[in-house]
Amino acid sequence: MRDHFIKKLSELVETDDKVLLITGDLGFGVFDKYREKFPEKFINAGIAEQNMAGLATGMALEGFKVFIYSIGNFSTLRCLEQIRNDACYHNACVNVVSIGGGFSYGQLGMSHHATEDLSILRSFPMDVFVPSNFNEVEQITEYMANNPGTKYLRLDKDTGPQDQAKIEIGKPRQVSEGDDLTFVVSGGIYKECVAASEKLKEKGLNARIILVHSLNSPDTGLIERAARETKGVITVEENTVRGGLGGYIAENLLENGIVPGFFKRIGLREGFSSVVGSQTYLRKHYKMDADYITKCSLELLGKVL
Amino acid sequence: MSDLANLAKKIRIHVLNMTTTGKSSHIGSAFSIVDILTVLYSKIINANPKNLEDPNRDKFILSKGHAGAAIYATLAEHGFFDPEKLMEHYQDGSIFSGHVSHKGVPGVEYSTGSLGHGLSVATGMAMANKKLGKKNYTYCLMGDGECDEGAVWEAAMFANHHKLNNLIAIVDYNKIQSLESVADTIALEPFEDKWVAFGWKVLRVDGHNFEALEKTFKEAQAQSKPTVIIADTIKGKGVSFMENTVLWHYRNAQGDEYSAALKELEENS
Repeated sequence: MRDHFIKKLSELVETDDKVLLITGDLGFGVFDKYREKFPEKFINAGIAEQNMAGLATGMALEGFKVFIYSIGNFSTLRCLEQIRNDACYHNACVNVVSIGGGFSYGQLGMSHHATEDLSILRSFPMDVFVPSNFNEVEQITEYMANNPGTKYLRLDKDTGPQDQAKIEIGKPRQVSEGDDLTFVVSGGIYKECVAASEKLKEKGLNARIILVHSLNSPDTGLIERAARETKGVITVEENTVRGGLGGYIAENLLENGIVPGFFKRIGLREGFSSVVGSQTYLRKHYKMDADYITKCSLELLGKVL
Repeated sequence: MSDLANLAKKIRIHVLNMTTTGKSSHIGSAFSIVDILTVLYSKIINANPKNLEDPNRDKFILSKGHAGAAIYATLAEHGFFDPEKLMEHYQDGSIFSGHVSHKGVPGVEYSTGSLGHGLSVATGMAMANKKLGKKNYTYCLMGDGECDEGAVWEAAMFANHHKLNNLIAIVDYNKIQSLESVADTIALEPFEDKWVAFGWKVLRVDGHNFEALEKTFKEAQAQSKPTVIIADTIKGKGVSFMENTVLWHYRNAQGDEYSAALKELEENS
């Protein structure tokens, strides 16, 4: 996803001299071409994320469309108050980008697991974007540059299947048909839902998959319909289950008077991880991989079939 | 009495009235910076009610946002809005929060309240304006206790690295912070040396001397690197019993204190 973000950013910088990138001293090698081509549109703020976020706000208030970039929690939690008081309160065009969503940097340890960012940033009045494939990354990046206000983009090392569809920013989109149950998913973990739905298909069960790329959009009509038309809803995210995608969907369904046949949040339930492992390994360990999603689906459908 | 002294006196009386009516804190912090603001807005800053939308205007950030009453009163006296409105400070439904807010208040460029944010934002503004080839300045007024915040020094390093000579920081060095003296809290000294080591031009001034302040600001504008003006000030300046004490960081004038304070301001300023 990172490469697609940089590709799109480079296109945007080419045509809009107000777009620029500030990195918190990360991105070794990946910005070489960008830097060479746009030296004036690349700032390294050093290992100083609070200043990076404040600096970005100041530049945005003077007319720049700023992307700040770091990995894991550094561009978010480390400078959370700067995002809140500076960027967000002043409605500055500061686009906070974190690479390494969820367990992307699994082996690097707990400090590098971005597993609460969605819940925390969702409580701010700003867009929280979680693309599930490269197409979404590119379209969201373009939207971020061309719209005012503070926004967050969580990039993942993994990705779901690719597509070329035009997305409507803020609107969930259905990517597969199915009437037995609904998977609502954000991020590269979409891949696990696709694998689970293939396993379910072998048993004659069809899962509807809905991608949610924006966690602060009021439009959840598609999900409400799915909750009515299928037997139940499972949300899947590589994030704590406390207040992330699952919470977002649950809040919206209940407030709109819709109670699905069953409702299950799949995500991190065990607080912080101290287990060393790849993203794939940790998904399995913490019960958010295709096998667990399949097992969970069968159990829940067994109850209502 | 000079025009500037007269203006500073009016601003202090507004602050006294605002904090007394609002029963709000921080009168000492506000009095400390009144003379600095008076010189800035009368003699230095190219920002006035007529150029509020001018992209080339100077920018001022009050990073020690708890002294909001002082900037509101200064802006009102400079015609940004009707001074009558100042009495809405701290009142239910008002736009004049204790910590400075830009929302709905003409002339306030930036909202603060959590310390250590302003210098980074001012650095960003200065960086942007340098890239855009503008000739304006960005000013950021901080508290001395505020310099405990690590983010101040992150910004200081960045501004030096990029030689942002269009950035002028002012430290209101009244030497008292939230619980006791700065020296007894987290020692800042050798304070000038710290800024020098961070690559800044350091200018020292009596923060209550109008002529010296004006001269110092002009000197700061002529540097080839970012400048910090360390202004020696007196917390609570203008009312004898409020001066140099932590108490008036919190207390508002009650009963006879109000009339005594008003009398001193009217007679002595």
